[in-house]
Amino acid sequence: MREFFDMGGYAAFVWPAYAVTLAVVLLNIFWARRALARSCAEARRRLQMQGERR
Amino acid sequence: MNWSWFHRLASPPHVYALAARLTPWFAWPAALCILAGLWGGLVLAPPDYQQGDGFRILYVHAPSAWMSLMVYVTMAVSAAVGLIWRIKVAHAVAASCAPIGASFTFAALVTGALWGQPMWGTYWEWDPRLTSELVLLFLYLGYMGLRAGIEDTQRADRASAVLAVVGVVNVPIIHYSVTWWNSLHQAPSVMRLAKPAMPLPMLVPLLLMLLGFTLFFVALLLVRLRGEVLARERAASWIREVVSA
Repeated sequence: MREFFDMGGYAAFVWPAYAVTLAVVLLNIFWARRALARSCAEARRRLQMQGERR
Repeated sequence: MNWSWFHRLASPPHVYALAARLTPWFAWPAALCILAGLWGGLVLAPPDYQQGDGFRILYVHAPSAWMSLMVYVTMAVSAAVGLIWRIKVAHAVAASCAPIGASFTFAALVTGALWGQPMWGTYWEWDPRLTSELVLLFLYLGYMGLRAGIEDTQRADRASAVLAVVGVVNVPIIHYSVTWWNSLHQAPSVMRLAKPAMPLPMLVPLLLMLLGFTLFFVALLLVRLRGEVLARERAASWIREVVSA
C-alpha cells in the first residue's frame, strides 16, 4: 500500500496531477448544475413578472 | 427520407426535453469508464521502463488535453452552424461548451507542468505545444469574457461565434506543433494514423479515460444546454411547464 502511494518516488507530481483533474471534474458538475438552476430561477422570475402585469 | 427528427433538433422545447432525458445515459457510463480507467491506469498498468510510475500522469493529462481540443472543435462547429443558419440551439451549444473547455485546458496545462518538472526538469517552457495550448486557454477565456460583456444574448451569440470560428485555426497548430517544430513534448502515440505506440495494459486504461471524459463532456453539455436554451426563450409558453415543477 505504501508503495502504491509512493508512486516510485513520483508521488509529489502524480498525486497533485490527479487531485487537480478530480477538482476540475467535480467543479464542472457543480458549475453545470448551478448554471441550470440559475436559468430556471430566472425563467420563473420572468414568468411571475408577466403574471403580475396581467 | 424523413427529416423531421433533424428539424426537431432546432426546436428548443424538444431539445430541452431530450437533453434532460439523455443526461443519465451519458453521466453513468462516463463514471464507469473513468473508474475502470483509474483502476487500470493506477493499479494494473505496469510502470514505464523510462519514467517509472511518473508516466501515470498520462491518464489524467491526455484526457484533459483531448477535452481541451475536442470541446473547442464542438464549440466552433456549433457556433458556425448558429451563424450560418441562425439556429438559436446551435448558439446555446457553443455557449455551453466554453466553460467546460476552459477548465479542462487548465487541467491539461497544470498536469502537463507537473509531468514536465520530473521528466524535462522544468514546469514550463515557451515551447510550441505548451504555448499554443496556453493560447487555447486565452481563446476560451476571451470567448467567455466577450459573452459576459454583451448584454443582449443574440448579439453576444453572433459576436462570440465569430471569435470561436476564427480561433479554430489554433487547433491544428496545437495538434501538429510537435511535428512541425522542435518541441520538448513527445509526438502523438495514440492520436495518429499508425498503430498506437503503447502496450495494451497501458493503452486500454487510457482509451477508457478518453471515452469516459468524452461521455462526461456530453453529460455536462446536456445539463448546461438546458440552461442556455431557457435563457434564449424569453416568452415561450412551454417554459412554464418545465420550470414550475
